[in-house]
Amino acid sequence: MAINKQEVVETAVDSTEVSAPPMGFSVIVREFKKDKVALGALIILVAILALSAIWSIRLDWERVMEVDILSHFRSPEPFSFDKLIAAWNGEKTYIMGGDEFGRDVFLQIFIATGVSVLIAFAVTTIIAAIGITLGLISGYYGGKVDSAIMRFNDFVMTLPVTMIIIAFLVVVADQSVWTFIFIMSIFSWTGYARIVRSKALSEGRLDYISASKTMSTPTYKIILNEMLPNLSSLITVQLILSYAANIGLETGLTFLGFGLPDGTPSLGRMVSAANTPYNLEFRPWVWLPASTVILVLMLCINYVGQALKRSIDAKQRLG
Amino acid sequence: MWKTVVRRLIIMIPQIILLSMLVFTVAHFMPGDPFTGIIDPNVDAARLEELRRAAGYYDPLHVQYFRWVGNALQGDFGRSFAQKVPVTTLIGARAMNSIRLGIVSTVFTYAIALPFGMLSGRYNNSWFDRFVMIYNYVSYAIPTFVLALLFIYIFGYQLQWFPTRGSASPVIPKGTAPYYWDMFYRLLLPGFTAGILGTATTTQTLRNEVIDAKTQDYVRTARSKGVPENVIYNKHIFRNAFLPIASSIGFIFSGLLNGSVFIERIFAFNGMGDLFITSITSRDYSVVITLVLFYGVISIIGSLVSDIVLSLVDPRIRIE
Repeated sequence: MAINKQEVVETAVDSTEVSAPPMGFSVIVREFKKDKVALGALIILVAILALSAIWSIRLDWERVMEVDILSHFRSPEPFSFDKLIAAWNGEKTYIMGGDEFGRDVFLQIFIATGVSVLIAFAVTTIIAAIGITLGLISGYYGGKVDSAIMRFNDFVMTLPVTMIIIAFLVVVADQSVWTFIFIMSIFSWTGYARIVRSKALSEGRLDYISASKTMSTPTYKIILNEMLPNLSSLITVQLILSYAANIGLETGLTFLGFGLPDGTPSLGRMVSAANTPYNLEFRPWVWLPASTVILVLMLCINYVGQALKRSIDAKQRLG
Repeated sequence: MWKTVVRRLIIMIPQIILLSMLVFTVAHFMPGDPFTGIIDPNVDAARLEELRRAAGYYDPLHVQYFRWVGNALQGDFGRSFAQKVPVTTLIGARAMNSIRLGIVSTVFTYAIALPFGMLSGRYNNSWFDRFVMIYNYVSYAIPTFVLALLFIYIFGYQLQWFPTRGSASPVIPKGTAPYYWDMFYRLLLPGFTAGILGTATTTQTLRNEVIDAKTQDYVRTARSKGVPENVIYNKHIFRNAFLPIASSIGFIFSGLLNGSVFIERIFAFNGMGDLFITSITSRDYSVVITLVLFYGVISIIGSLVSDIVLSLVDPRIRIE
């Protein structure tokens, strides 16, 4: 029954993913050439990542995060190119004003973006490893193993994940970045397991797998060398989409005040200044830049992901 | 039919047991004991130790677990340490607000998603379809808290159309007609925000289903009989295309619950999500634990309802 339901939902929602052959690089290039918006999104994304990487290497973190009470909620200075160049050299120019602790918002943005991007990267890697492993095992063996793993997967999917993550974060004594990454990862792998499993299930019935089995190829080799490459396009798309989701989750938790420890530069914490109605209404420079960066990052990553998703499905390709 | 429901109910039991174990584990690691907050600070330490022993604080874990489950089944979830009242009273006071918000959000979700999905599927590749695809993609990608803040900033502060904080007016006398109107009015902005965030999957699914259905035999038959185009879309196609959406109602609901933590927090809305954050910041763990358990059970029931709805509307799914 539950399996039937699963399939009905999947054929409706994920029908594209079931008919996904491995994609060639040229197909992707063609898709991006055809879809100018996706190309734009990709360029903006790369620009944001490169800029925040280079700028945050040039900056002295300690100095940026220093408390300067005289610049408490300082209004933005009028913009000029001289100030931009000074900011590039690590000067505090306050072209986007100062936050509650008098830190330069403009400089903080770059460091914070770098931090959020890296954390989301770590979380994505961990949950992909868990989810893909479970999905492959479930799809390859099928039967009892499959229904046991999928039952567990369904269970984790129905959990109120945000609340449980927050509860865990508060309980653990060690409030470091690594615990944060670890706790975020425990409950977020279900998407991978479900999608990889449904493709692996249909892939496992194909002749090349049976052929390998009769030639007594070791199971791990069949799964890793033969099955996994055929799922690669599907996994790539899922990686990108869940990467965006993880940036959202991290910034969201930090926004609520349960994520990164205090003092760590973070987009979510910068936005959380908006929790005070006065800041929200009269000091948009404190929270609006960080919100915009989060929004642009999410939109770009998702759009690139959608374009890739189309390019792996011949029915929906534009180019 | 009843067989399906019973089978599905049996599947639910291990899920709830797993959930309770998970919640119990979290609870176990939380600081404090059964007397935190209700004890007089002048009580002698040795006497306190005795009381703890009598209450079973040092019992083996499984004994504690079963006692906890037993109490929970009888509706006893302990007392709130910050507010000095039973947890159930505290949650009960907030539950109605959250349920109202949930209903308004769901209404907004379907009021937007159903016409968008049907029309963009019917006129696919038109300008409207392109608009819906863009809308869909943005509403899927935008994080809850960013959208909520932007809406408050734009509709609350810049345009001043809606109140920005709270679930009820502090000045209008309770029980009067303006009071209820004000309460409803305050639901609109948070409900709209949460509603928009839930539309993406439903719109996308409906659109794909409608596009697929266009070339099906039953649609061709209806057309050749001379059934008006509107009737074909709104009756024949809609019924079939709605099936996968009916099945996802439970997931939409648990999604709303997850989002409610953000929405209620940002709108300072007096519901359970807000209570959760307040309790966790004031280290009021008995409330936190009960809320997690409560939300978990609601999600599990939500997926149960989805399955039952699906088997009601689609006889092909029922188990033998």
